[in-house]
Amino acid sequence: MSKFKKKKGGELPAISTASLPDIVFMLLFFFMVATVMRDSTLMVSNTLPAADQVQKLDKKDRVMYIYAGKPSMRYQDKFGTQARIQLNDKFATVQDVAAFVLAEKASKRQELQNVLTTALKVDGDTKMGLISDIKQELRKVNALKINYTTRIGDYKQNVK
Amino acid sequence: MADIAFLLLIFFLVTTTIETDSGLNRKLPPMEDVVDPPIIKERNIFSVVVNKFNQLLVEEKPLELAQLREEAVKFLDNGGGKGEEACSYCLGKRNSDSSDNPEKAVISLKNDRETDYKVYIAVQNELVAAYNVLRNREFKRLNPNLGLDFVQADKIYNDPRTSVSEKERLKPLLSEVKTLFPQKLSEAEPSKTN
Repeated sequence: MSKFKKKKGGELPAISTASLPDIVFMLLFFFMVATVMRDSTLMVSNTLPAADQVQKLDKKDRVMYIYAGKPSMRYQDKFGTQARIQLNDKFATVQDVAAFVLAEKASKRQELQNVLTTALKVDGDTKMGLISDIKQELRKVNALKINYTTRIGDYKQNVK
Repeated sequence: MADIAFLLLIFFLVTTTIETDSGLNRKLPPMEDVVDPPIIKERNIFSVVVNKFNQLLVEEKPLELAQLREEAVKFLDNGGGKGEEACSYCLGKRNSDSSDNPEKAVISLKNDRETDYKVYIAVQNELVAAYNVLRNREFKRLNPNLGLDFVQADKIYNDPRTSVSEKERLKPLLSEVKTLFPQKLSEAEPSKTN
């Protein structure tokens, strides 16, 4: 008869999951904010040559990228099919390389300025003349550490 | 249901790593002109020339790219020097027409302005491979208990996730092998095609 009879068999009350979506969203937003993606859109065709004696290029903060190769299809009407250099998002000439390197250098933290590596992402079909010119420019501004970025693979793929 | 989906989403967000680039590291020579260039004996130079048709000329003889690594190893490991210039760890033929010791041996690479970049990379790759073959051998000889070769040890050393103590331990081992087989790769200015 008593209305306040205690429940028998102590069932655990279900944990409320009402706040779970909020936690999940919080995590999602945290990672969205914390992730940094940096990539410039490629305007040159960029099939990297293959090599197998490679070293990893960790520490992205101390790397600057120079792209070179034939302009991609949609830029060919305007820029022709001669291999060109791309710095950031623009086509550039060999003379612009030095200025670009100095600007990149200045934008990095002080302690990194002397340990920067220049990654050359060059299309496999480019002629060496252009690359030699880039290398000369890099020597002029004392950016001596370079990395020929490659695909990992057997070198025989390059000489077919 | 939505929670499961979100959990999955976050799981993948956390576990995906962005691919890191890899490639051949090289160092360019500084711009200052050397006042008097050191005199290097002809036998200590291993000349590699790539022409505009992507053909190889090694030590004045045409060569297939597939044999380049082997030839370069033979040259570097020759150890033909006598007396003070002798090389105690070289296993080569001690040919008097080839390099005295790895310290003296220089590989000279010259390419044409019309050479394809991918062929140039293949040549570079093979020359680096030749050095790595020899460095691996020496690293294993000097550190038989480590169970690593030079390339693996170098990879561990350069990995940012490796602990500082591990790096300190590997550093002297690596630099010892590097002094046994220093990478002396000189590049000439490319020739113009006419």
